Amino acid sequence: MNHDSWSLWRAQVAAILRLEIKKNFLAKRGLWIYLLAAAPVVLMWVHAALNLRDHRVCDLGHDSLIFAAMFQFFYLRLAIFFGCVGVFLRLFRGEMMEKSLHYYLLAPVRREVLLVGKYLAGVITTSIIFCTGTALALIALLVHVPRTAAEQYLFAGGGLGHVLAYIGTAALACIGYGGVFLLMGFLFRNPVVPVVLVFLWEGANPFLPALLKRLSVIFYLHSLIPISVPAQGDFAFLAILSTPTPAYLAVAGLLLIALAGLWLAARQVRKLEINYGVE
Amino acid sequence: MTGNEIVFENVSRFYGDVLGVNRVNLAIPPGITSLVGPNGSGKTTLMNLMTGLLRPSQGRIDILGVAPDDPERLFRFVGYCTQFDSFPRGMTGYQFIYAYLRLHGKPHAEADEMTWRAIDRVKLTDAAARKIAGYSKGMRQRIKLAQAICHNPTVLVLDEPLNGLDPLVRAETIALFRSLAETGKHVIISSHILHEVDAISDQVILLSSGYVVAEGQIHGVRTEVEDHPMQILIRCNRPGALASRIFELDTVVEACVHNDGKGLLVRTRDPDRFYLMLNRLVVDGVDLESVAPADDDVNSVYEYLIGPDGGSI
Repeated sequence: MNHDSWSLWRAQVAAILRLEIKKNFLAKRGLWIYLLAAAPVVLMWVHAALNLRDHRVCDLGHDSLIFAAMFQFFYLRLAIFFGCVGVFLRLFRGEMMEKSLHYYLLAPVRREVLLVGKYLAGVITTSIIFCTGTALALIALLVHVPRTAAEQYLFAGGGLGHVLAYIGTAALACIGYGGVFLLMGFLFRNPVVPVVLVFLWEGANPFLPALLKRLSVIFYLHSLIPISVPAQGDFAFLAILSTPTPAYLAVAGLLLIALAGLWLAARQVRKLEINYGVE
Repeated sequence: MTGNEIVFENVSRFYGDVLGVNRVNLAIPPGITSLVGPNGSGKTTLMNLMTGLLRPSQGRIDILGVAPDDPERLFRFVGYCTQFDSFPRGMTGYQFIYAYLRLHGKPHAEADEMTWRAIDRVKLTDAAARKIAGYSKGMRQRIKLAQAICHNPTVLVLDEPLNGLDPLVRAETIALFRSLAETGKHVIISSHILHEVDAISDQVILLSSGYVVAEGQIHGVRTEVEDHPMQILIRCNRPGALASRIFELDTVVEACVHNDGKGLLVRTRDPDRFYLMLNRLVVDGVDLESVAPADDDVNSVYEYLIGPDGGSI
């Protein structure tokens, strides 16, 4: 592995990114992902618009708690989760179904380089969509409070750190779930049932023993969000409290999950065959 | 192994319980080689194995010294025009080739120049800026061909490359294959249009139900089919008179006057000896116009080897 190899792989990954990012963003089948990402943005902006129209003064603390709950229970658990399902499961499976994967496989590109290129394209696409969604929702949170209150929240109350933490968490969620669903796209001919199982596993995370909690993406994401909203409802008493993981360990954990997914997917991609059913 | 051949060593490929190809042993030299066989005979499977799109269930494949499971090296010198008629969404003809060359790691200027050269070669310059989705079948075939040749490969694998081409483009494409083969490249073509294969191939590989039933130059293959005596058509002015003399030869199995009455169709087990003795037999007043094999072609060989039930070609 010399310098020439690395520069070739960089050029090839760049070529893959150019093709894939455009395809991911413009896919008609991905329209619902934009809708998922836009849902909290629309809610927050409607809320802000109504308050501005009625000249109501909002409690920023209360609103930020609502945002935190929405981010934790809707954005992470549903929007980003299923958004990543939509993008990463299709990276290879979708092209196999559209019978266009051979375009890549006929190029002098190492299968692992193709895998990394496609994964990065998925991460960039989903991160841009969901980080933008998060940022726009946060702007809506601040736009209808008095300017001084907003400035105080951002620069004196740790709000800027919260903003960056939310956006970073959204990006890390895309990285973590991306690795998981990329692998699932290789392992299962029909990934619907496995996706449902992962969804249930992630949802059951608060009720899992401390050790098992660590085998999920949402556990590490919870450790990164700045305001954690405790589970409520009839089954809340079943939730097992565990010490939050320090941020650096949570980031490392997420990256480890993503890398494990990529490594296992790389084993699969090496064996990948084109069999569209011709002859 | 010479390093200048495409080698299959005892290669088999199964799709579950279904046979793709079985115990294939081949050594393909440079030149135009045609894979001939009906649908399902294993032509595409063999090509996909050659290019690493499929892996053999057993056996070993070597493409000029490179294993097909090493795409990074293989596709530097291999171009494959597949039968798959699907393209990445939304691409123009130019983008299709250009992006492919960028995947090779070519910088923009070089990729651009090579793209236009390949597009010019298949005569699609005017349509290069149009979306492939709007191309006709023949244009799609040509843009795939452009993709296969754009990086000047040494080995060109072409799955039914003449499908959908009009006669003029077909003739130009065949000329292109010839010119590539003359420069010492391997051109592997699959086809079920036998007269076309006959006209362009240096050697043929006949496939049936996943087995290689014959390989080599078509004349050589024909000579080895001993169960079916060779047919020779003798064009002359007095076929009846010639027929009466020809039966004196012990190598002749059958002789009959041609339907048009202007020739004699002879079946012989030893064509070389027959040719030698023919001149001695020619009687006065019989003028020979031509003497040529009548079933020394892929179609006849295929029928003799596989039989009429071998599949529809």
